[in-house]
Amino acid sequence: MTAHESFSGAAEAAAPRSEERDGLLAIILRHPFAWLIALLGLVFAILPVWGDNVQLRESLLLAAVYVTLASNLNIVLGYAGYVNFGNIVFFGLGGYVCVYLVSEWQWPLGVAALIAGILVSLLALIFGLGILRLRGAFFALATIGVNEAVKAFVANFEPWGGAAGIYLSLDVYEPLGGPGQALWIVYFLIVAVMTASLFLSYAIKRSKFGLGLLAIGENEDAAAVLGVHTPRYKALAYSASAFLPAIVGGLYFFKTGTIEPGGAFDLTRSIEAIVMVMLGGIGSVTGAALGAFLYEELRGVLLTTEAFSHFQLVIAGLLLLGIVLFAPGGLMGFVYRRWPRARRLLQ
Amino acid sequence: MTGVIASIIDGVLVGAVYGLAAMGLTLIWGVMNVINLTHGAMIMLGMFALYFLTSALGLPPYGAVPVTITAGFVFGVLVYWIAVHRVIGRAHLMSLLSTFAMNMVLIGISTALFSTSPYNVPVPLPGVTWREYTFTGTHIMAAMLALLLAGLLYLLLYRTRIGKAIRAVADNRDAAELNGIPTTQVLSFAFGLGVALACVSGTLIATLFPFTVLSGGAYELKSFVVTVLGGLGNPAGALIGGVALGLIEGVTASFMPLNWTPIIEFVLFVVALILFPRGIFAFARA
Amino acid sequence: MTIKKLVLIAAAALLTASPALAADDMLTIGFTVSRTGKLNNDSIAQMRGFELWRDELNDQGGIKVGGKQYKVNFVSYDDESVNARVQQLYTRIINQDKAQFLFSPYSSGLVATAAIVSEQYGRIMLTTGAAEEKTYKLGNKNLFQVYSPADLYLAGAIAALKELNSKSQVALVYKDDPFSKAVLQSARKQVSEAGLTTVLDEAYSPETTDFGPAINKIISAKADVLLGGGHYPDGATLARQLYDHKARLKWVTLLVAPDSPNFATLGEAAISISVPSQWEPQVSFKPDFGPTAAEFTQRFQAKYGIEPGYHAAGGYAAGLLLQRAIEQAGSPEQAKVAGVLNSMDVTTMFGRTKFSTNPKEHGLQMGHEMVVAQWQRKGGNVVKEVIWPKAAKSSDVVY
Repeated sequence: MTAHESFSGAAEAAAPRSEERDGLLAIILRHPFAWLIALLGLVFAILPVWGDNVQLRESLLLAAVYVTLASNLNIVLGYAGYVNFGNIVFFGLGGYVCVYLVSEWQWPLGVAALIAGILVSLLALIFGLGILRLRGAFFALATIGVNEAVKAFVANFEPWGGAAGIYLSLDVYEPLGGPGQALWIVYFLIVAVMTASLFLSYAIKRSKFGLGLLAIGENEDAAAVLGVHTPRYKALAYSASAFLPAIVGGLYFFKTGTIEPGGAFDLTRSIEAIVMVMLGGIGSVTGAALGAFLYEELRGVLLTTEAFSHFQLVIAGLLLLGIVLFAPGGLMGFVYRRWPRARRLLQ
Repeated sequence: MTGVIASIIDGVLVGAVYGLAAMGLTLIWGVMNVINLTHGAMIMLGMFALYFLTSALGLPPYGAVPVTITAGFVFGVLVYWIAVHRVIGRAHLMSLLSTFAMNMVLIGISTALFSTSPYNVPVPLPGVTWREYTFTGTHIMAAMLALLLAGLLYLLLYRTRIGKAIRAVADNRDAAELNGIPTTQVLSFAFGLGVALACVSGTLIATLFPFTVLSGGAYELKSFVVTVLGGLGNPAGALIGGVALGLIEGVTASFMPLNWTPIIEFVLFVVALILFPRGIFAFARA
Repeated sequence: MTIKKLVLIAAAALLTASPALAADDMLTIGFTVSRTGKLNNDSIAQMRGFELWRDELNDQGGIKVGGKQYKVNFVSYDDESVNARVQQLYTRIINQDKAQFLFSPYSSGLVATAAIVSEQYGRIMLTTGAAEEKTYKLGNKNLFQVYSPADLYLAGAIAALKELNSKSQVALVYKDDPFSKAVLQSARKQVSEAGLTTVLDEAYSPETTDFGPAINKIISAKADVLLGGGHYPDGATLARQLYDHKARLKWVTLLVAPDSPNFATLGEAAISISVPSQWEPQVSFKPDFGPTAAEFTQRFQAKYGIEPGYHAAGGYAAGLLLQRAIEQAGSPEQAKVAGVLNSMDVTTMFGRTKFSTNPKEHGLQMGHEMVVAQWQRKGGNVVKEVIWPKAAKSSDVVY
């Protein structure tokens, strides 16, 4: 499949591992992609500050959130080939845990978000062990079921506000220096999480763990026979792919000031994450980022142009249809085929 | 106690319609191993069909049923050729995504046309009263029609040549091809049939409750639950599963706060998927 | 982006260079409307109230303040009855469209979301269509509530009920959303204080379209009174299904839905259903400024062809109050206008308005009172009459 097209780039780049340890400069030069990621993070951080442009910050913030979701989704979807239709459940749960801790127990944002990430990835590990036994379409459906079950449960869970959700009091922004400053701080934190997500998916791809996932994606039974401990690998991947989306969910809903079940566990957003991964190129780290960014920009334009606001879904659908039918490798798939050298640089 | 019985009967009545909806899904799944993620949109279109046929054309509500079946079938065949044909042999992910993409397109166009506001088709039918409880005429009618259509489907699958062809292709496509059956045409027919069932179930649901462009989603999820309960590819199982789901909903509504019904449904769904991937009622197909 | 900025700068330069007198300055007010989605019915009514006010104002030349005349310009978007859109759109309205003042969306849930954004950026927002109180208890500085708060909603109906039958068996069945929950929280206490028995107390999910199970429960509980509901679609459906199921209730009060003129389309199913109302066309307040209720009703009917409900009246009142505040402040500057609003105690066609200045609940409406209206059959037609409080009633109760 096409996920693996991008993976052969990883194999090539992994080849010179037998070299002796060099100086720091050499190590850095050996991983140009890592630098690209860092650069992207920097650009995101600096651009809106430069023009003191709040509107730009808002749209980049959304883009960063989606890049986070897409690149983490890539770990399970792109590498291991498991379609996680309900990936948004991590985002929503992370949001709820963080907002709850901040609002009810007055914990500082950073701690609350981190705890949210840890708790949700633990939960994902538990859930994962259950549903990762299923293959293909059954797994996909089960992830939808998990998302809907969690949504229905939270909608009835009074300590978390039930169907109405939680509304943050405005003094939660005080420890961060007031609402204006808090919004900037949260933005930088989200950019940091986005950068971390890209690093994480890159690191996994380059590691033995990632090769194992790839093997599972290629042919799970063969991989098992060859010694890959598939249940453990799958569960770890599922859990790892939950950590950063949960944190970014916490940050996002803190910034929004309110969280409710419908918006937190929005299945459409979940599917959009999949569209982004497919658009950019399944299995490619650059692809996930590119797809997320492009899609989010498109969405932003469509949202406020009155004529098109309803066509957002149509265009997204047509895009996805086109990709699936005619270009399953997505944008990066096209790039990799045209310029094979790019595989090394743009993982 | 009578309250519980009333809720159970109500639940069973609605459950028959759920079963009809799920039959469309399970047929497609069983025959061509494709999970039709446009299922919800098709149900929704059936709902709107009722609205427009009754308001614009002045058709009596149940007169819309044959229209919806035919239109749904034709539309289904069309969707097959656009979105499904090319991805049939490929990995599951592809057909999931292509049908989902089609779903997004359909809902997007419908939202542009109808917006997300609620619509309602009032169907005045006298109900049946038993003690203090009344069973609305629309519920009874919907259940009867659902059973009728289910029966017709059975006849089609087991007593006609095309039905035999469908079952043959479902069993083993290559063998059927070798036997001279034009499998691609059969597949498109089966897809059309599945969509027609979804559409007509939407029409029936619209006689019961108000709906919006987004209502299809909820019934699609219910159809998944039913399909898993009844076993994929098993239309009879789907009907029984539907009634079972309706029953569960009725019972939980009586004993628990109203809000808990969706939770029970989805937990059941996930548990059933994990424990019985072949369906709780895994009957062998004749 | 940069070209747009240049053009704007050029335009601004030109404007300021022209003579100040007789210049038509613009005041931009921003808000979202639920043009589509479940809240569309009442949100559009509210918007019409806004627009009637704006059109009348602009026809007179605008707000006359500090030697200038400000015409009012609206910036509005469709929020589709969805929280996430409210959040994004208000951020845009403030940062990109640079609205100077804000009106709220319709419904407590959406308003709570908008309020967070408006407070994050420090803009004045007049909230209408929002009765839930919690929004005002989160430490705001610039919110001003036009409606009566939620806990007063069912008080009138319960008082009327107590008089009619002090042995009523009450079922509380309501929508699980911020507004309805807030109302019912108070109603619960009021019911037991009135000495009535509660036999059922349950919330239904906002997604509910089938009230059959709920109605069966109400019947099983042997209730003869129903209080609850939520907003328009669920309220109307509940009313219709109650009729279909022959629920035999002696008294039904539903929130919001029965106040809409569209409720009349339910025909027989609407009869005897009552609704707590922020305002009815029959009220007879003597306004300190602006038209009387009768005049407003007539103008609204002339423009839109239907009678206004309280959502439209609330929208219109929000405009009136903002206009008054700007006029009295002598300038459209935020701090001055807020100061006037904080000290305001006036009566308009909507009723008395006074905002709380207690920092713990800033902006909560303190002066306004609610009435109860009921649908009755009069001379072959289905009409809405005011039945409570006795001082304001236009017809007797139908029990």
